[in-house]
Amino acid sequence: MKILICISNVPDTTTKIKFTNNNTSFDKAGVQWIINPWDELALTRALDLKDAQQGIENVTVMNVGLIDADPTIRKALAIGADKAIRINAEPQDAYQVAFQLAEAIKKDAYDIILCGIESSDYNGASVGSMLAEMLNMPSVSAISFMNINAGKIELKREIDGGQESIEIDTPFVGIVQKGIAKDARIPNMRGIMMAKTKPLQVLEPLAVETLTTYESFGLPKPKAACKKISPDNVKELVHLLHNEAKLI
Amino acid sequence: MSVLVYTENWDGKFKKLSFELVSYAFEIAKKINTSVVCVSIGNVENEELNKLATYGASKVLNVVDDKLKNLDVNAYKEVIAQAVVKEAANVVFAHNNYGKAIAPRVSVKLKAGLATAVLALPESVEPFKITKKAFTSNALANVIIKTPVKILTLLQNSYGVFENAVNGTVENFSPDLCNVCVKTNVKEVNKVTGKILLTDAEIVVSGGRGMKGPENWAGIEELASLLGAATACSRPVSDEGWRPHGEHTGQTGKIIAPNLYFALGISGAIQHLGGVSGSKCIVAINKDPDAPIFEAADYGIVGDVMKVLPEIIEAVKEIKAR
Repeated sequence: MKILICISNVPDTTTKIKFTNNNTSFDKAGVQWIINPWDELALTRALDLKDAQQGIENVTVMNVGLIDADPTIRKALAIGADKAIRINAEPQDAYQVAFQLAEAIKKDAYDIILCGIESSDYNGASVGSMLAEMLNMPSVSAISFMNINAGKIELKREIDGGQESIEIDTPFVGIVQKGIAKDARIPNMRGIMMAKTKPLQVLEPLAVETLTTYESFGLPKPKAACKKISPDNVKELVHLLHNEAKLI
Repeated sequence: MSVLVYTENWDGKFKKLSFELVSYAFEIAKKINTSVVCVSIGNVENEELNKLATYGASKVLNVVDDKLKNLDVNAYKEVIAQAVVKEAANVVFAHNNYGKAIAPRVSVKLKAGLATAVLALPESVEPFKITKKAFTSNALANVIIKTPVKILTLLQNSYGVFENAVNGTVENFSPDLCNVCVKTNVKEVNKVTGKILLTDAEIVVSGGRGMKGPENWAGIEELASLLGAATACSRPVSDEGWRPHGEHTGQTGKIIAPNLYFALGISGAIQHLGGVSGSKCIVAINKDPDAPIFEAADYGIVGDVMKVLPEIIEAVKEIKAR
């Protein structure tokens, strides 16, 4: 069985977000880049299943990005992915990214394609499902558990107020969320050395239109200062919530 | 072109967010001189279907089909896509696990531009320009949808529920699902009913590591029950197994936007705030005066949550007894 994980190269989640060029582009100066957290959890689960000898021969990661994404892709290899493919295009919108991924995926036969539920930069939460539609594959969203049992894929997905247990045949696109793996793997020295010799294939993109344009960015309005109440006067808090905020 | 809304139900009752979506779609429809059509999937009583007109739905397409018993994203996409073609419509979904799963497939199928996690009415309709959440609520992005058909997913509780009574009709709609093969084989459903959904709750009481252990959650449960609130927790709490994963709110957990959020013993790491900063009012109780949660909070008490929480409960009881 072959698993593909689509990974996004995103600013570290503690980055102070700033914009440049008259608020039309994200200011990359001084930013640390990481594997999108949900994609990293998907990769971790795939590698855990491979290590548990559940019939997975190969774990590939795929990214749509320019050469500056390579360090993040190498990190995925250092964690344990066998192979990486980068489609050499600047991500512009979810449709364009999904299209590039779909065309590259068609060149090879993957049994399971995993995507994180969203990326922490543009919060599109779209690429995984778009990809499934382009590939005409079933998709399952909000997966918080995945196992392979005698060749059968067992999933759990989060629904309102609980979970559903699902079985599905390959190939399919799985869109994963928190719970799929507990902690992401940390690359060790051996992994980092091995990553240098693992294949990182670069494909040129195909021409495609975007359906949306990111015109400009802004920062949320700063919040008013917190009204502090003395711990000796807890009643005051409840009265404020009742009389001033009128929320209880 | 009308505005189509996928109105979700939970056990046969529309979620609060469905009424919000209709209220929101009604305003967009006004801007483009058209009306709102809803799609309801699954068994919902007529009385419940009629409620949608109160919020501005002129028509409800009622879809009941065995193939749609569970969420098979491909099948649900077919239903919505066929409704869009029938009604020549734009579409509004909720930005939740359903909308996020279905909307992108509809977008590709119809080659219609999609803007997700939008949080206000469009700034203009020609060109169609709208503001969405970006960088996990640390920024906003203005997006232009370039295609004739527009698809949106609206962040919950970002608009509100408003009454716009219109004359509404309900019609049965039977999309052609002959060629749809349901691939999602649901073996078991494990869910609580009768409890307030965390994502639908107006008030949420949430505990962090400052609560010290699962044995101290009785106070949180009590306050929640007094206020008709849902309970939640921070990431370390669910990672430790003190509370179920479904209660984890934060960037990687559930994103919620209640009217009132109690952060009890939660320090407020940026990842936690990413999941709750949409709340209209945040109350923080923490013994560390420098905890980042106070930056995001509207009201705060610097103190020991173990001592403060019982006093809050007493004060709420007094107010409720009046």
